[in-house]
Amino acid sequence: MMRGKDIPVKRRIVITGVGAVTPLGNSVEDTWKEICKGKSGIGKITKFDSTGYATKIAGELKNFDTRNFVSKKELRKFDDFIIYALAATEMALADSELDINEKNAERVGVIIGSAIGGLATLEKEKEAILRGGPRKMSPFAIPAVLANLGAGNVSIRFGAKGPINCTATACSSGTNAIGDAMRIISGNYADVMIAGGVDAAISPLCVAGFNAMRAISVRNDQPEKASRPFDRDRDGFVIGEGCGIVILEELTKALNRNAKIYAEVVGYGSTSDAYHMAIPPPGHEGAARCMSAALHDAHMSPGDIDYINAHGTSTPPNDLYETQAIKNVFGNHAAKLAVSSTKSMTGHLLGAAGGVEAIFSALSITEGIIPPTMNLDNPAPECDLDYVPHTARKKAIKTVMSNTFGFGGVNAVLILKKFDEH
Amino acid sequence: MKLEERVVEIIIEHLDVTKEECVPEASFIDDLGADSLDLVELIMEMEENFGLQISDEELEKIRTIQDVIDFLRSKGVT
Repeated sequence: MMRGKDIPVKRRIVITGVGAVTPLGNSVEDTWKEICKGKSGIGKITKFDSTGYATKIAGELKNFDTRNFVSKKELRKFDDFIIYALAATEMALADSELDINEKNAERVGVIIGSAIGGLATLEKEKEAILRGGPRKMSPFAIPAVLANLGAGNVSIRFGAKGPINCTATACSSGTNAIGDAMRIISGNYADVMIAGGVDAAISPLCVAGFNAMRAISVRNDQPEKASRPFDRDRDGFVIGEGCGIVILEELTKALNRNAKIYAEVVGYGSTSDAYHMAIPPPGHEGAARCMSAALHDAHMSPGDIDYINAHGTSTPPNDLYETQAIKNVFGNHAAKLAVSSTKSMTGHLLGAAGGVEAIFSALSITEGIIPPTMNLDNPAPECDLDYVPHTARKKAIKTVMSNTFGFGGVNAVLILKKFDEH
Repeated sequence: MKLEERVVEIIIEHLDVTKEECVPEASFIDDLGADSLDLVELIMEMEENFGLQISDEELEKIRTIQDVIDFLRSKGVT
């Protein structure tokens, strides 16, 4: 985890643009407004007929007009996850006012993580084979399914010719993407990285599959109450879809072009549980080690953190174990921290979670508002931190930790800090 | 509807081009912005619409809209 010794000056990395499409809105601005009001983006599934499925609710995008971002021809070729990645990136680049041109293109890279990729397309194409035989397979099936084609199509559309990758680390994908992108810039392999996460996984296979694991909420009669992190009556996460993209930029480059700066990315932790493919260990020591690693990376101590945007999925094991891990890492300071889960409003955007939550973390610094944890009516036993229940809180904050943990035992944590030139 | 019109209608829908662009000598790749994958998909759509199969060897020879029409006529489509 140590940086190379041959790098003489620490390159600092800042966020200069943000873009998102979420169940709460088709832009960062619209989404953030709803977050501050404590609105829920969860409703009945409309993307497929959920008759017979244990879960009939999800966080879908609403009134998202694909024509704003892709041509009719592209619409047939792309899975939704690719369209969401293009949309969020277009908005993030516009927000950053960065011009990608012949001179800088090779120093601009892309890492867009995805847990699920184009699984929904795969399901449809398999149906085409069953119906009409293998000759009925679309030539666009494979490029629509591969998870790295979010990053791939972004690179093609916007002309970014630097390092490219796709972190496929389940629900940590977006955070790993931003963390790994930060290291690429700090290692001087690029000056700008388009980074974040995307998923469009509200599909029959995903819903039935997560139901089979008993991982998602079946509170179908109260969609807006279904995602209730840290609450006694939580019964699983709610699948959401969307994309969150940040423009990461090396500080001097950002300053030279007078870019708007949201926050500095100062720490990244990445660890593995080495325990179980889908269940975290009690006390979640892997998550605790990850938070500690991010603090170490940022040269910070636990007392320096003001707010944690928690993984907070609303599954019984995660919320308890994440709370335990926070207490283990932060000790006495845990009681003074604000900890909230924006998944209570967006649902769990899987690979996109880390992307949109990094944006919420940055905005909590620039706007001085800590998002609430909604539906926390009766905190569960042992879940006794300050989860900012029900109402957003106005408070000036300097440092935010953003947690994400995923199947496979992956943990990824970012630390953002209010930008200060010195 | 005439065969030419049916073919052009499918091309307009699949390649997102205008009717004016769809002159008989228009090349799918050079004039209509298609790549090799677009062409495969377009031919699949023709197969579906006209109820026949086009082999890869036959596909190789198709460059222009007129090539498609000639091919379909040679298979007895009217």
